[in-house]
Amino acid sequence: MSAEINTSSPPSSAPPTYPINYTFKIFRGNDKTGEFVDYEVPIDEGMVVLDAILSIQENQDTELAVRWNCKSGRCGSCGMEVNGMPKLACMTRLSDFDPKIPITVTPMKTFPILKDLVSDVSWNYEVNKTIQPFSPDEDSDFIYQQEDIERSREFRKCIECFLCQDVCHVLREHDKKDSFGGPRFFVRSAALHFHPEDTADRSEWLKEGQGGIGHCNITRCCTDVCPEHISITDNAIIPQKEYVVDNYYSILGWIKKQFNK
Amino acid sequence: MTLQIHEHDVIIVGAGGAGLSAAISAAEQGADVGVVCKSLLGKAHTVMAEGGIAASLGNMAPDDDWRSHFLDTMKGGWGLNDPKMAEIHALESPERVLDLERWGAVFDRTTDGKISQRNFGGHRYTRLAHVGDRTGLELIRTLQDKAVSLGIQVYMEYTITEILKDSTGKKMAGAFGYWRVTGLPVLFRAKKIILATGGSGMAYHVNSSSWEYTGDGPAMALRVGAELVDMAFVQFHPTGMVWPLSVKGTLVTEGVRGEGGVLKNSDGERFMFNYIPDAYVGSIADTEEEANRWADGDSSARPPPELLTRDVVARAILNEASEGRGSEHGGAYLDIASQRPTEFILQKLPAMYHQFKELAGIDITKEPMEVAPTCHYMMGGIRVDPETQETCVSGLYASGEAAGGLHGANRLGGNSLSDLLVFGNRAGIHAGQSAQKMKTFPKIPEDNIESAIDHLSFPFKNKSSGEHPFRLRDELQTIMEEYVGIKRDEEGLEKGIKEFQQLRSRDSNLFATGSQSYNAGWQTCFDLINLIDVSLAIAYSALERKESRGAHTRIDFPTPSDPLGKVKFIISLSSGKFNISSVSIPTPRKELLAMIKKDQTKQKSSGKK
Repeated sequence: MSAEINTSSPPSSAPPTYPINYTFKIFRGNDKTGEFVDYEVPIDEGMVVLDAILSIQENQDTELAVRWNCKSGRCGSCGMEVNGMPKLACMTRLSDFDPKIPITVTPMKTFPILKDLVSDVSWNYEVNKTIQPFSPDEDSDFIYQQEDIERSREFRKCIECFLCQDVCHVLREHDKKDSFGGPRFFVRSAALHFHPEDTADRSEWLKEGQGGIGHCNITRCCTDVCPEHISITDNAIIPQKEYVVDNYYSILGWIKKQFNK
Repeated sequence: MTLQIHEHDVIIVGAGGAGLSAAISAAEQGADVGVVCKSLLGKAHTVMAEGGIAASLGNMAPDDDWRSHFLDTMKGGWGLNDPKMAEIHALESPERVLDLERWGAVFDRTTDGKISQRNFGGHRYTRLAHVGDRTGLELIRTLQDKAVSLGIQVYMEYTITEILKDSTGKKMAGAFGYWRVTGLPVLFRAKKIILATGGSGMAYHVNSSSWEYTGDGPAMALRVGAELVDMAFVQFHPTGMVWPLSVKGTLVTEGVRGEGGVLKNSDGERFMFNYIPDAYVGSIADTEEEANRWADGDSSARPPPELLTRDVVARAILNEASEGRGSEHGGAYLDIASQRPTEFILQKLPAMYHQFKELAGIDITKEPMEVAPTCHYMMGGIRVDPETQETCVSGLYASGEAAGGLHGANRLGGNSLSDLLVFGNRAGIHAGQSAQKMKTFPKIPEDNIESAIDHLSFPFKNKSSGEHPFRLRDELQTIMEEYVGIKRDEEGLEKGIKEFQQLRSRDSNLFATGSQSYNAGWQTCFDLINLIDVSLAIAYSALERKESRGAHTRIDFPTPSDPLGKVKFIISLSSGKFNISSVSIPTPRKELLAMIKKDQTKQKSSGKK
């Protein structure tokens, strides 16, 4: 599954004349009831899905609910599903879609739907609280090299859009919200784990706590949808699965655990 | 209607850098803290900050210290800065940056393993601590994690519509608003309130802000008797995106120029050499050869004119375009591709690369970017005590972009992140300490709560023949751009004020339809009420300031006036009417004054060379 599959067809070779009318099928409703409503929107060159939604809000239906902030892929507020693919609406250009085929826009379905395109992502904020925060040595001088931070830097790019959480089948199909943290929080624990000054051992959280990393069977869907192109599976999840194995199932890890008890 | 009620020693409105800094400091004083924000936690506009945090750590330039930072800030602000705030800011920003590092922020490193720094306009030394071009994301995530680890309660997606006072009408007693999820009313009782609501960029069509930036803090403070200061000074960042239209105004970091990018017109000329103002002649390179040497690290060379202050660069770009030397879509070309290798650009400016690639189809390692000015920052804001950040309303504080005074007539790049850390921290400490001295919560008269609840539903009572919130916002932005934009004059400002007065009389007819849950139209009604008041405050101050200084350009008064360089204009509101008065800027203390004079003399002598 790659990001390109989402596009209906590439634009034809002749330069198009703007504006072009596109049709959007937008989910209107909440967790209990809802329907798809069609909106026709004139689209100018360079416009993205969020532009179309804001145009509907301003010109056709002021009640349409959407969450957004920066409109340039930095804040991670406008995660939703475009033709079924988790996307940031502000970074999804309409020139990648065929104007003749309606574009379906729905909220992130892994979470309860509050209204229209807005999901209730509060569960994520609760998971975050269960992770042991940054824990440096008290007498550290914080001297370290650029090369020491490259690994954690990849994870610190995360904009918390929760698209990886939305696509993860452990959460989406199996609804393991009580025992699984999801890719976003493996990225956070990796950011801490690879921080040159952090000293904490989060293997218990990963294995037995809210992390529940064992549930992940590395289907890599999270990596495919990440708008920041973080290699979530290969660089965050697999190394932490190995870390858990080392800490729980190797002789040295077992001895260390007994001492720490 | 069910009223949600919450009680905290300190309530902070806004969860950007200033709000979260204040929350952490207040909690560390032992106060029970609640943070109320319009969006989700971690999404505030601070996340968009790119270039870095100005702090005289001296890691790259050992000669740098707080005194030079103070002098640069005062000079960049055309002397209109509050000297006490400028001093505190310069003194405390290094320690606040180190706080962030201790809380887990991962800054770029120097070769000896310390926090790396970069060049920015108006800073004489290499001064900005940064994380590639994603400094804001690192800053907000670090503060967010710290606040979460302290157990601070965060109320996400709440809009505050009013500050409520106690029965004496003198002291602040609470904040009222609604939960955007349900649209139901909520009351926060508090001993102290800190407004950290950010700016009001939504007053202009072309801006680098999100929908949240509607001047809520300044407008609400004004309505309960606080004062606004320096409102004429609106920063237009010289480099916003121009094309495609959908991203017009989105910020292109000054870091592009700090890392060696140059500005060119349609003739391929580096035009900034033609725009060096008198105050900077002598301290800026006057040949391309010298500018390039500086960019390559030769400390004996002077910095390139692309790194002049933002007010100067913004006007220069406008001028080139209006004289027919603009870029294809009416801006200028910002070129780093010809100056730096691909790997360097990808390491130092990854977000810029991503932004242009995905939104404009431009590869900045191969082609120049097209840029033009975009409304970026409000130097003006709520008038506060320089040390405690308390307003003239007892118990009400402000910090960050919502507050005014530090930056004077123009803010230097990088001084915003340091501002919100330093003064967010101070507001938190003082509000936290003084809240704990109060045994009981101030009482809010029931009638005031009732009328606040009643006010919430006014747009639903208006028929749909009333004022459409998005149309009215459009009108407001058009007036601002036409009459209160980068270039102003008396006739235009008077016209603008008249039109704003009419808008203001129409805002009670704003209408909303449908349910109260996540209703964008309804939300925009309250945003507009604030935007109109802030826009009027800007226009009145701009009319009164009959000179050109920093970000404020009057076509009819093209030069700075010495007497006006000694005063700040203050806006207040009584019985619905705007009042404007002037106060003289306090003289800096002796040692600082001597420093400023010495610096000016030095500058003049090197200019003669």
